[in-house]
Amino acid sequence: MYYIQPHYHGISRTTEDYQRMAESGVVAVGEPSFWAGFDRKHSGTFIDYFRQISEFEPTRARAYGIRHFCWIAVNPKEADNLTIAREVMSQMPAFMDAPTVLGIGEIGLNKCTRNEMAVFREQMEMAIRLKQLVLIHTPHMADKLRGTHLTLDLLRELNADPARVWIDHVEEHTIRPVLDAGYWAGMTLYPQTKMSPKRAVDLLEQYGTERMLVNSSADWGPSSPFTLQQCAARYQELGHDQQELLDVFYNNPVRFLRQSPHFDLPEIKLAYSKP
Amino acid sequence: MNDHKVTLDIDYLDCRCMVLELAAALDRLDRATAGNTPDKRLQTLRDAIAILASSTASPDRTQRMLKLMSDPVTPVSE
Repeated sequence: MYYIQPHYHGISRTTEDYQRMAESGVVAVGEPSFWAGFDRKHSGTFIDYFRQISEFEPTRARAYGIRHFCWIAVNPKEADNLTIAREVMSQMPAFMDAPTVLGIGEIGLNKCTRNEMAVFREQMEMAIRLKQLVLIHTPHMADKLRGTHLTLDLLRELNADPARVWIDHVEEHTIRPVLDAGYWAGMTLYPQTKMSPKRAVDLLEQYGTERMLVNSSADWGPSSPFTLQQCAARYQELGHDQQELLDVFYNNPVRFLRQSPHFDLPEIKLAYSKP
Repeated sequence: MNDHKVTLDIDYLDCRCMVLELAAALDRLDRATAGNTPDKRLQTLRDAIAILASSTASPDRTQRMLKLMSDPVTPVSE
């Protein structure tokens, strides 16, 4: 089995993750720009971080045969500081030509404040202007439903191309409007507290697999890069064959990410699909 | 999509474990009498358990529980 781990925060993880992911069949990861575990006070710290995930982190992954790609953005959790956010945004376009950069993300909302919305809007406008793919975070817990509605309203207003936008962290109460509007829907699987591997399989069976992305949680909090494999095991347990597994956990990420000229992995079609 | 019996065979032990964990957590709360003041989170849990126990023609308990636990959909905050 081959996997693509489309949403993985390597800077918060140990090298052993890469070793174990390689052993489990992960061939590529995508690292969205994210919170550094603390709120940064200088725009230059963000720029070094962008260098870390676009230049250094690929070398750490490559040691285990894993391709490492990344996304550049001011993350929602730090978007409330407009001064720093705008300083960082002014330097983001320079990173878009780097060979490992897939687009702008993760952007979006955390607490759904006016400042977050302003930074979200400006980064969306930049993505449209620079013809970049977009990865959007939706809030966790009680804010998710409201944050998802605000996100869809903004995307509609900006006339964003749904095929080039991935809205992440959907759950049962937010998946339908995301798919109905034509966006890609991502499910992030946690070992506890949020979306689980079993619930993700339920949604794959209820809503189908088209425009669906599945990824592990791998961040500063309680998380596990192997919930993706647990989800695949559950999907297999319920009777889905190897080609169906490949389509969800490898080919779907390829189909979305190949819209970036920097992503070059091919789709995989088995010569036979029944074991 | 699996049939009813196969699905129950696969999930029964996990479900049994989860409802026992929930019962134990509520028992723990009942035993913790010190500082017992009204807390809307407890009512949210009781409302969620009512959804869990409901018989429904449409299998949407998860979605209804998540909506129960969601903030109202309103414009952006200051």
